[in-house]
Amino acid sequence: MEKLKHHVINRDEPVISIKNLYKSFDNLHVLKGVDFVLHEGENVAVLGKSGTGKSVLIKIIVGLLKPDNGEVFALGKQVDKLSRKELDQLRLQIGFSFQSSALYDGMNIYQNLAFPLVMNRMGLSKKEIGVAVENIADAVGLKSKLKQMPSDLSGGQRKRIGIARTLILNPKIMLYDEPTAGLDPITSSEIIKLINDVQHQFNTSSIIITHDLTCAKNTSDRIAMLYEGRFVKVGTFQDVFDDDNQVLKDFYNYNFTQE
Amino acid sequence: MIMNDTVDYNISETEPGSRVKPAFLRYHEIPPKEDDEFITKQQTKFLTKPKKYTFSKKVDAFLVEVYKVYKFFTLFFKESFRSPFHLRELINQCYEVGLKSLPLITLTGFIVGIVFTKQSRPSLEEFGAQSWLPSLMGIAIIKALGPLVTALICAGKVSSGIGAELGSMKVTEQIDAMEVSAVNPFKYLVITRVWATTLIIPVLVFYCSFVALLGSSINVNTNDSTSFLSFYQNAFLRISFIDFSESVFKSIIYGFTIGFVGCFKGYNADQGTRGVGKAANQAVVLAMFLVFIEEIMTVQIFNWFRAF
Repeated sequence: MEKLKHHVINRDEPVISIKNLYKSFDNLHVLKGVDFVLHEGENVAVLGKSGTGKSVLIKIIVGLLKPDNGEVFALGKQVDKLSRKELDQLRLQIGFSFQSSALYDGMNIYQNLAFPLVMNRMGLSKKEIGVAVENIADAVGLKSKLKQMPSDLSGGQRKRIGIARTLILNPKIMLYDEPTAGLDPITSSEIIKLINDVQHQFNTSSIIITHDLTCAKNTSDRIAMLYEGRFVKVGTFQDVFDDDNQVLKDFYNYNFTQE
Repeated sequence: MIMNDTVDYNISETEPGSRVKPAFLRYHEIPPKEDDEFITKQQTKFLTKPKKYTFSKKVDAFLVEVYKVYKFFTLFFKESFRSPFHLRELINQCYEVGLKSLPLITLTGFIVGIVFTKQSRPSLEEFGAQSWLPSLMGIAIIKALGPLVTALICAGKVSSGIGAELGSMKVTEQIDAMEVSAVNPFKYLVITRVWATTLIIPVLVFYCSFVALLGSSINVNTNDSTSFLSFYQNAFLRISFIDFSESVFKSIIYGFTIGFVGCFKGYNADQGTRGVGKAANQAVVLAMFLVFIEEIMTVQIFNWFRAF
């Protein structure tokens, strides 16, 4: 697989900073004191089994869920303390790619891509929106699909359009929720290449939620292993999986014996 | 504690003096792993305790639902008059609710008009009062049948449609996708739909009444040789301004109820695809139930007005 990781990381500038984060759903304690920093220009893969709170973590970052306790700063703003208007301003700078792609069923691909621009009334003319949509569709290699409906696309194509829809707002941070889940190895490698391309073209900082070690290894500068609501190990791929921790060993062995 | 490269956050290495083992970690769904054997006092403070019900599970759930309705209702009026206004989507929803319901409303209204006329004739004939048939039909259709039939059809077609549409958007994260695109999904999805039903259902009510009277007039014209002009003159003879107002008032209330119930059930759908079906089903049942309750209440209220 082509590896494109040559990220310029500015360690003085944390774009996301999480301190002592807790989140529970009734009796289910999902996050139990998470601390985390994402630097400018950096890609971090958050690994962990299903149900360990990986998606909950990025939903809290983007303000979809409220933390029970702790502080979450994104681009210098404390997310849970923002008003609706301030939160919307922040969200324009954070792209969120959903596991299910979350394309709007009732709209064609062009309308899906244009939706964030049209709704946020950025003072663009119809022609300018058209050009932006075509450019972003071209960037993900799906310019020919603009008139089709989401149901006409394959899983991989839907993921690409989902990523393109978030990129159209030119975000500073990208949050990917299981970008390769449910995809075949070839399509997965295309998505991995796309994540790296996005990093280079749009100069984003990214958190990639995944349980796919191939994806994590090829897209991220650091790996953060979430287990039972806490990060048990954070470091480069080599550091994390050279560790003697049994949880990490089990995760590594399971992933590569499955493949 | 902020994360740096290659820092190990193994919880077992933090503050050995302040560790306790909370009871819920021993008895609840989190299995006691090596790392969880000890957890700091500070951490236990933020972990919620096992849920205790105020009354019982069902009563608590009902009260929570009532509170959610109240919040949804107040949010609707709060957000309705704040910009941005999605007029294009409102017009689109008016089209979806109105124009797409026309064939069903036409068919049902026409059949109701004919059937009700046919059913009423023998009873009136018994007293030699079949000349009152147009007046009876006018009162029955404009005051009761038109609004009620339209509301029940729309509860079945529109409310369930909205419930299913928003429910599926909720469970497939499309609503969350709007939220993270800095678009307020409540304004875009809920407010436009509720206003669309509130505005369009009164129009459909009058259209349904018109079609039902047409069906009735054809039946009367065929059987009694009464002219169309004479039928309509007699049909509207007994309709007063207050009857007309009652009909308008009722249909606005029905329209709001149908849109609101569909949106509330859909917007709060959960449990995956099962939740979508449940939301659509509950939207129909609740909307129909509320329409009947509102029918009784408006009749009673307008009867008080008539008494003055």
